Amino acid sequence: MTILYLLIPVTILMGLTGLGAFFWTLKSHQYEDLAGDAERILHDDDTPMPPRKENVR
Amino acid sequence: MMERLTVAERQQAMLITAVLALAGLILAIAGRNDPMGVHGWMTLFFAGGLFFVVGNALYAAEPTEDRTTSYYDDPTKVGILLSLFWAVVAMGMGVWVAAQLAWPDLRFDAAWSSFGRIRPVHTSGVIFGFGGNALIATSYHVMQRTSRARLAGHVSPWFVLLGFNLFCIIAASGYLMGITQSKEYAEPEWYADIWLVIVWVSYFVLYMRTLARRNEPHIYVANWYYMAFILVVAMLHIVNNLAVPASFSAAKSYSAFSGVQDAMTQWWYGHNAVAFFLTSGFLGMLYYFLPKRAERPIYSYRLSILSFWGIVFFYIWAGSHHLHYTAVPQWVQTLGMTFSVMLLVPSWASAGNALMTLNGAWGKVRDDATLRFMMVAAVFYGLSTFEGSFMAVRAVNSLSHYTDWTVGHVHAGAMGWVALITFGSIYALVPILWRRESMYSWKLVEWHFWLALIGTVIYVFAMWNSGIIQGLMWRTYTESGTLAYSFTDSLVAMHPYYVARTIGGAFFLTGAIIGAFNVIMTIRRVRQDTHELDYPTKSEAGEPAVPVAE
Repeated sequence: MTILYLLIPVTILMGLTGLGAFFWTLKSHQYEDLAGDAERILHDDDTPMPPRKENVR
Repeated sequence: MMERLTVAERQQAMLITAVLALAGLILAIAGRNDPMGVHGWMTLFFAGGLFFVVGNALYAAEPTEDRTTSYYDDPTKVGILLSLFWAVVAMGMGVWVAAQLAWPDLRFDAAWSSFGRIRPVHTSGVIFGFGGNALIATSYHVMQRTSRARLAGHVSPWFVLLGFNLFCIIAASGYLMGITQSKEYAEPEWYADIWLVIVWVSYFVLYMRTLARRNEPHIYVANWYYMAFILVVAMLHIVNNLAVPASFSAAKSYSAFSGVQDAMTQWWYGHNAVAFFLTSGFLGMLYYFLPKRAERPIYSYRLSILSFWGIVFFYIWAGSHHLHYTAVPQWVQTLGMTFSVMLLVPSWASAGNALMTLNGAWGKVRDDATLRFMMVAAVFYGLSTFEGSFMAVRAVNSLSHYTDWTVGHVHAGAMGWVALITFGSIYALVPILWRRESMYSWKLVEWHFWLALIGTVIYVFAMWNSGIIQGLMWRTYTESGTLAYSFTDSLVAMHPYYVARTIGGAFFLTGAIIGAFNVIMTIRRVRQDTHELDYPTKSEAGEPAVPVAE
């Protein structure tokens, strides 16, 4: 079962990528206002907000 | 549609299609003595056709309005229509395949119409053609709305959508010509696989770039499900398709792994394709369209995030449950089995969360077939994930494996969960996208709902019965210790269930055809809804300035 020497590291790497993403969400304050986050998708006027400055090209 | 692109973007699109057409030509010349050459010509015509479509409008008027003030919905619209097209074609193939099992003469003695060739057309057609297009289209919609930002780029969304459809066409036509690498759900050969990697990486880049320009600091949970779908599918696809072409002038390739190693890789891929293509992406749909349609926030947003990370960490280990009682080491089987049972927690968390969101709004579920599609999808999601965990237990698997029970399980998930959530989302999305007041006919939505539900129930019950009978017949011994039934005996016993399955599938297909018709009529016949009051107003409440009675 030498294939496991490939599959297990690949799988662990994918898990670590997920873990990294999870830590990033914690660090970037993704979970501060869960009730508001769930609510806000219901209010949209179907046009995007004006782009932030750094995105204007 | 071309009027939303600048001349520079049109030139970029022409360059891409020209390069692709050239690649098609090279493939056609290299594979001139092989079916691969046909795929070269198909690529050449596909890319060449697009080249002329764009080229014809190259110097047409450019967009004058500020494009950042609106969402870019054209690719979403085309994606939805392509998804419905594939639904009708691939479900039609499914009914034909099912009928062939009941009445083998329906093959009509052709090579291309044999079971082994049209079955993958059905499976790839529904999973990638119908499901994949719906996922790409809805992900474009959801990422823009939840980020409150326009798509990043105007050419790359088209590249991803149309490039993916080219892959689907090559896959389906290849099966009919007998091109396959015999890996379930990963049948296309090396050149198609390489093309999909290019398309898929562009998809991920597009998603990340759009998220990076978001105006909403929080990334809504649906986006995480879509992102996991894109990223993990890329990884799985690359590893499972590592192969060496026998020659560069023919389609045939040999897998980099052999024997049980290859089987392990295939099911590591196969089960995660179920997890991240058929579950994660569609949960993204559920978590956006269900709250939107019910006009209620998700019951527990915290739980939705928790179930996301649960799915990400558990699912990836479950693949080896497809290889119980094989040469795969016992501990690897046990590992797959354990994680499969653990998966019940995040799966039921999502199903329960969806149903609890509707709790208190059952009146809406009763009146609105679109919401009912989503509700029943959540129920089937709960049912089939329970069944999946159960079937992954080695003792249960000894009965269910290689029988029709597995087929029933897959279809409970594919019809009951994946297709119903997709149709629900399409019905919710079409009036918004095309700015219509409503769907063309709510009665047809009702008809579709009931046909789909009846079809699924007939199909799944037929396969449960058939599978368990089959499993029991195969393990029944006589007193002298020999098998009581021959394989043919079990086939004869299956016949009524195969007929029932064909009928269930036909119901489901009829529903899908009605759905496609309803969507087309909505686009063509229903009045535009401009979201404006068509009389002069003065108060904030939008009351008419002149009383209507006058």
